[in-house]
Amino acid sequence: MTSPLSGIAASTGIAIAKAFRLENPELTVEQLQVGNPAEEIARFDAAVAQSAAELEVIQEKTAQQISDKEAAIFGAHLLVLSDPELIGPIKERIVTDSVNAEFALQETSDMFITMFEAMDNDYMKERAADIRDVRKRLLSHLLGVKIQDPSMIDEEVIVIAEDLTPSDTVQLNAQFVKGFITDIGGRTSHSAILARTLEIPAVVGAQNAMATIRNGQTVIIDGLEGKIIVDPDAATIQQFEQEKSAYDAQKAEWAKLKDEPTISADGQHVELAANIGTPKDLAGVLEHGAEGIGLYRTEFLYMGRDTFPTEDEQFDAYSKVLKGMNGKPTVVRTLDIGGDKELTYLDLPKELNPFLGLRAIRLCLEMPDLFRTQLRALLRASVHGNLKIMFPMIATVEEFRQGKAMLAEEKAKLLEVGIAVSDSIEVGIMVEIPSTAVMADVFAKEVDFFSIGTNDLIQYTMAADRMNERVSYLYQPFNPAILRLVKMVIDAAHKEGKWAGMCGEMAGDDIAIPILLGLGLDEFSMSASSVLKARAQISRLSKQEMASHTGHILALSSSQEVEAYVKGIS
Amino acid sequence: MVEKQYTITDEAGIHARPASALVGSISKFQSDITLGFNGKQVNLKSILGVMSLGIASGSTVTIAADGTDEEEAMAKIDEVLKAEGISNQ
Repeated sequence: MTSPLSGIAASTGIAIAKAFRLENPELTVEQLQVGNPAEEIARFDAAVAQSAAELEVIQEKTAQQISDKEAAIFGAHLLVLSDPELIGPIKERIVTDSVNAEFALQETSDMFITMFEAMDNDYMKERAADIRDVRKRLLSHLLGVKIQDPSMIDEEVIVIAEDLTPSDTVQLNAQFVKGFITDIGGRTSHSAILARTLEIPAVVGAQNAMATIRNGQTVIIDGLEGKIIVDPDAATIQQFEQEKSAYDAQKAEWAKLKDEPTISADGQHVELAANIGTPKDLAGVLEHGAEGIGLYRTEFLYMGRDTFPTEDEQFDAYSKVLKGMNGKPTVVRTLDIGGDKELTYLDLPKELNPFLGLRAIRLCLEMPDLFRTQLRALLRASVHGNLKIMFPMIATVEEFRQGKAMLAEEKAKLLEVGIAVSDSIEVGIMVEIPSTAVMADVFAKEVDFFSIGTNDLIQYTMAADRMNERVSYLYQPFNPAILRLVKMVIDAAHKEGKWAGMCGEMAGDDIAIPILLGLGLDEFSMSASSVLKARAQISRLSKQEMASHTGHILALSSSQEVEAYVKGIS
Repeated sequence: MVEKQYTITDEAGIHARPASALVGSISKFQSDITLGFNGKQVNLKSILGVMSLGIASGSTVTIAADGTDEEEAMAKIDEVLKAEGISNQ
């Protein structure tokens, strides 16, 4: 057994199969003088036509077998083939310098590749790979070199390559290709993204795979850890086969739960929602079967730019999310800026204690124009889905009343000018300040819902800065003090017929889930990738049984005791 | 010559897919069509040119068409920008 290789885990899963090396043909370009440039141009045009014909076939096959989105890549390749700024200069070069088409192509395309690679944006850098892919296709026709066709693979293999071009990747037949390893590339490279779509394990950026792995050698690829084992012994194969079946069984269980509601072992329904930052996160929410969005952090709309987003820009983003959720509940948190989140164009005075300063709803009430713009955008978007609006950092009932009054005023103004607004928008608050948790019974008479923000609730309750390593031991989600506050909030909501959710990291934690289920939490909002795991866990827990333990848990004296007790009962 | 300014509202800026749709839809026009951004001008019929500008969301760009079918070209551009969600104005 040779020493293990490793790389970047780009797509999860485990595969064991024989290695298949996908070699790049030698496409060496020499500079040659040509006597008849017109003939050379004709030769180049023929290569363009052949490449275009191939791409059209690949594009169609990809649309049928994978998706229109993947097929669009080849639409872009076809446009590169007919790009006047690429083709024009190549032909000019052939004529003015009397050089061969290969050389003119190489030199001209190099310019574009260098330009894209120098761009300060990972997405644009990847576009250099698209130009290389098109060039390789053209060169193979000009030089008459046949490119290895990965769609010809007809036995189970793990493909080893220096790099996979987008066209290589879509031609990999998922029936036979059990995984792939590339020497270069990162998590965002096209091949990595496609591996995740096809759900085959992949390790990229392995550096020495082509140099060490020979055709036909048995290879284990662990796409969870980014490990590669070549020529494993029998014991290692057995170990990974077990890991593979455990992973596959878990994945199958999760996949079955994707379109299912979240039901505990004793038949009680709770809602599992996802946290998002931008409309781009929607894909993950739907893919992981979340039943709603429990926290849409709108501050990302305001960050990374020089001016406030306009009402229309916000309307577009909110509408996109609401439409994408197709009637499922969508809780949008109004702007939460200040504390550790600053806006460069909002010149606020430095504060000694930003976490205890002018942030979130406090800032919005201080700057009503900013707040009202967001509220109008939300109200206008409300007709596109099931919108719930949530104010962050509420400390007093008065703050909630002020925010709600502004919302009502903006709604009245919109209706007056004939703009439609939904009539069933729930308005709730984040509970992240201890005063609000303690007063939850009073709040519950006025709000439509609570969502407990544990990250801040813990730091404010324990008076411990969660960024300060020296006091990080006090950041204790399972401290009975926190759990008692959570119970107060849930009980207060239920007494008034309202619902209570949680949108901090704690909601997706496997120790917290049994406790929260027992306390009667109605909605758990977490990162999308945790949803299926949490749904599987809840399906094995009895809500009634967990509820019978809460009295004991809340009477324990420390976070450690709670953790140990929960491990014993779930 | 006709000229018009647009604000890019697609939150991903001008990426490969919308850029392809835009470039693909105007190749048949005779007019010279340019895209101006940040003091640079490129041929709007060139996918590499358009992508090389790295236009982000919120940017303002100027599109100009010059030729016998400039009005039709501009109308088409308007339509594609809206349909692809690149710009809404």
